[in-house]
Amino acid sequence: MKRLVILGAGTAGTTLANRLVKRPEWDGWHLTVIDATREHYYQPGFLLLPFGVYRKEDVVRPKRYYLPTSAELIFAEVERIRPDHKRVELADGRKVPYDVLVIATGTDVHPEETPGLQEHEWLRSIHTFYTFDGAVALARALRTFKEGRLVINIVEMPIKCPVAPLEFAFLADWYFTHRGLRDRVEIVYATPLPGAFTRPKASEMLGNLLAERNIKVVSEFNVMEVDPDKRLLRSYDEQEIEYDLLVSIPLHLGAEAIARSEMGDEYNFVPTDRHTLLAKGYDDIFVLGDATDLPASKAGSVAHFQVDVFVENFRRYVDGLELLPLFDGHSNCFIETGYGKGVLIDFNYDVEPLPGMFPLPGVGPMPLLRESRVNHWGKLLFHWVYWNMLLRGHELPIPARMSMAGKEIEEAVS
Amino acid sequence: MTVKTAKTLEELGIQLDAEGFLVNPDDWTPEIAEIIAREEGIELTDRHWEVINFVRTYYEEHGEPPTLRAITKRGGIPTKELYQLFPKGPAKKVARIAGLGKPKGCI
Repeated sequence: MKRLVILGAGTAGTTLANRLVKRPEWDGWHLTVIDATREHYYQPGFLLLPFGVYRKEDVVRPKRYYLPTSAELIFAEVERIRPDHKRVELADGRKVPYDVLVIATGTDVHPEETPGLQEHEWLRSIHTFYTFDGAVALARALRTFKEGRLVINIVEMPIKCPVAPLEFAFLADWYFTHRGLRDRVEIVYATPLPGAFTRPKASEMLGNLLAERNIKVVSEFNVMEVDPDKRLLRSYDEQEIEYDLLVSIPLHLGAEAIARSEMGDEYNFVPTDRHTLLAKGYDDIFVLGDATDLPASKAGSVAHFQVDVFVENFRRYVDGLELLPLFDGHSNCFIETGYGKGVLIDFNYDVEPLPGMFPLPGVGPMPLLRESRVNHWGKLLFHWVYWNMLLRGHELPIPARMSMAGKEIEEAVS
Repeated sequence: MTVKTAKTLEELGIQLDAEGFLVNPDDWTPEIAEIIAREEGIELTDRHWEVINFVRTYYEEHGEPPTLRAITKRGGIPTKELYQLFPKGPAKKVARIAGLGKPKGCI
């Protein structure tokens, strides 16, 4: 038997495991999945938890239930990857050999990297919704917040789901309006980016939407430290922003094991071939999901499209054929904009989000880069799709490679 | 006798893209760095050059300009100082002065 080892049973790792074992070419292969923790989180749910939308069981389920029964499952910390010996060494001393290794170790938030953030005011006046515990604590804080300045701050890019902080701002506007407190709550969005989003056209559209909702944007704000007693953020160029309630999106780093293996960049992300997903410098190690250093969004949709690409190429890999450069950076995100509406964006490495209809040209039903109720329902429906179809390895009717069909091109696409 | 006057990028025939980065990184010379820096209101000191040289070496090794974190972690220059040397978005500013493309790091 040949051995394929997946590090990480998150969205990418779990989906891949379920997809692989269904393939005819999987015959003769043995699957091992290694992860340090037992809970699988529906991370898009972290955005809605603070607003009282989901219960715990909607977003947390055992990883084991979602992995194929034929897979060997090891719950242990990875000490380091030893490509020279083609094996993974675990913290408890075990050694797991592989023929093919898939790194899907994701990324985590590191509030301890910003002075003042994770100190005595952490989870009191300083919050995050990027962890389960943080999202639950923030729900309590929002319920009791009656007036003052709510500041949403991105510490540093890249982050998981780069639209989530914007969605949080839109939902906060809706939430406080609904409670009749909006005129007493000021909402400020402080970002290191030059505008609301990373891509020009979407940034303009979303920037206008923020202005409409009376959400103030402070751009190019690079936070150096937080003063938890004076309740202010201080940037490297000495600007200050006061807050009453801070919602921080802390620094994101890849897994420590990647650093210990000396395979990561300065963020512990693994340098990855942008089209084949092979780890640079290796022919038997692939990287999927948030663990890569690719200039694609760190998002579930990207992980899903990468799994499609990997599965397609795995057949060629087994047959000894050259890998096809299939991955195009495709990303597809629902953006909740509040009031029961949402915006859908679809883009890749080279094509920025464009207006149009998705997935069927002219028909939709989902409009691109425009607010609509259908997009909001699409996002809610996705919760069911995630647990019951995506993780289980059922194919979804969205192609891995981005399609230009249905997109309106007004100007030259850069 | 010729008096050395500060030339503009236009006079040197250097093309910039919409965001002010060199269209052709091979056009770069230290003189061009001085001109772009002046446009940014920066007078280049030895310390500036240390950063620029690090960024250019990194580019040669990695094929892309470093993120701010790479400059601080690998180049050993404190973030705070980088903001003093190249105010407002140091990673982007250094990349521009060093004649390279826009650093990734934001998607």
